[in-house]
Amino acid sequence: MGEKGKQYLRQLKEGILDNNPALIQLLGLCPTLAVTTSVNNAFGMGMAATAVLICSNLFISLLRKFIPKQVRIAAYIVIISGFVTAVELLMKAYLPELDRALGLFIPLIVVNCIILARAEAFASKNGPVASVVDGLSMGLGFTFALMLIASVREILGAGSFWGIPLFGENFRPALIFIMPPGAFLTLGFILAGVQKIRNTLSDRRRMDESDPDAGEEENK
Amino acid sequence: MSFVDILLLMFSAVLIENFIFSRFYGCCPFLGVSEKPDTALGMGMAVIFVMTVSGAMTWVVYYGILVPLKLEYLKTIAFILVIAALVQLIEMFLRRFVPALYSALGIYLPLITTNCAVLGAALVSIQEGYSFIAAVAYGFAAALGFTLAIVIFAGVRVRLQFADPPRAFRGFPLTLVAAGLLAMAFSGFSGFNFG
Repeated sequence: MGEKGKQYLRQLKEGILDNNPALIQLLGLCPTLAVTTSVNNAFGMGMAATAVLICSNLFISLLRKFIPKQVRIAAYIVIISGFVTAVELLMKAYLPELDRALGLFIPLIVVNCIILARAEAFASKNGPVASVVDGLSMGLGFTFALMLIASVREILGAGSFWGIPLFGENFRPALIFIMPPGAFLTLGFILAGVQKIRNTLSDRRRMDESDPDAGEEENK
Repeated sequence: MSFVDILLLMFSAVLIENFIFSRFYGCCPFLGVSEKPDTALGMGMAVIFVMTVSGAMTWVVYYGILVPLKLEYLKTIAFILVIAALVQLIEMFLRRFVPALYSALGIYLPLITTNCAVLGAALVSIQEGYSFIAAVAYGFAAALGFTLAIVIFAGVRVRLQFADPPRAFRGFPLTLVAAGLLAMAFSGFSGFNFG
């Protein structure tokens, strides 16, 4: 169990940091850009996608030996859209405000590439427990990315965090950040930051591997 | 809905509520296949074709099958199946009868099933309660707006190849910043008001 537990932890880290679906793999960009106007919406969207991801991964993993290879994509889409409809109905019933804010992006989880990508790349090849962990870690990674983008946009564009005003009454927020252009700009700058960190890490690794003289050479 | 209303609806779908820059439907292909103007135009044409036909088909499925059976809540599943089947049919039809068009659009067609613009337009039409003609016009106009955005953006990206940004901005981040500036230009259209 210890060995297994370690593997699950590794999966979790992979989904949230090393292989983050939105920030590293650049999947599911439509909701990433559209619903990140406030942290609350981002959290709701992330949780909805996580729920769908866990359920669809579990079912696809359980059914992986019965689904014929030729029609697998169609079968995955039917399974995914079933769970999306369930989430949609539950949200309408219990969280009507959030449902109104997210609008069509809840049914559009069906065509979110992250979910289909995990079904094809992971759940169709692995056991149910590992698939559930994979769904959870990818979902949390997606939520983390959405909330990161949304906090930048909400703080700069509305002067608040999770609906709580941060600055005094005289603060004039930069409205552009909660408008569509701000979505592209914020994501662009965040990805540049991610790329910077990855560049630094890979440079450092290369420096460690090669001898110091080679490092000098490279700097010239 | 009169003819003028439909024209206004189309105008607003192309420019004011542009699918990419204001609604964010179809961002994956927008960023994925906009490296060259030619391929962007090919993708745009395929999307126009599929979205016009799927606008009609999903309207018929919703009001002809789901509403009489009181199964409205199944519309997401029904629509995605209709769209997937439609894309497959169009692919087979084009390969058999219009091979020239097939070789031009071929590789883009399978990608369209997971383009949220197609499903998005169908769901918007139902949500807004458009008539059949309006739903078809809306699908066509929204796809036209998508094509306009992706072709303009492909032109911008050709220029970006010669840019020399800081290392951290190379590739995707720079592309997104350029898209943000383009979105700013498009947000100028939001001043239009048809009361």
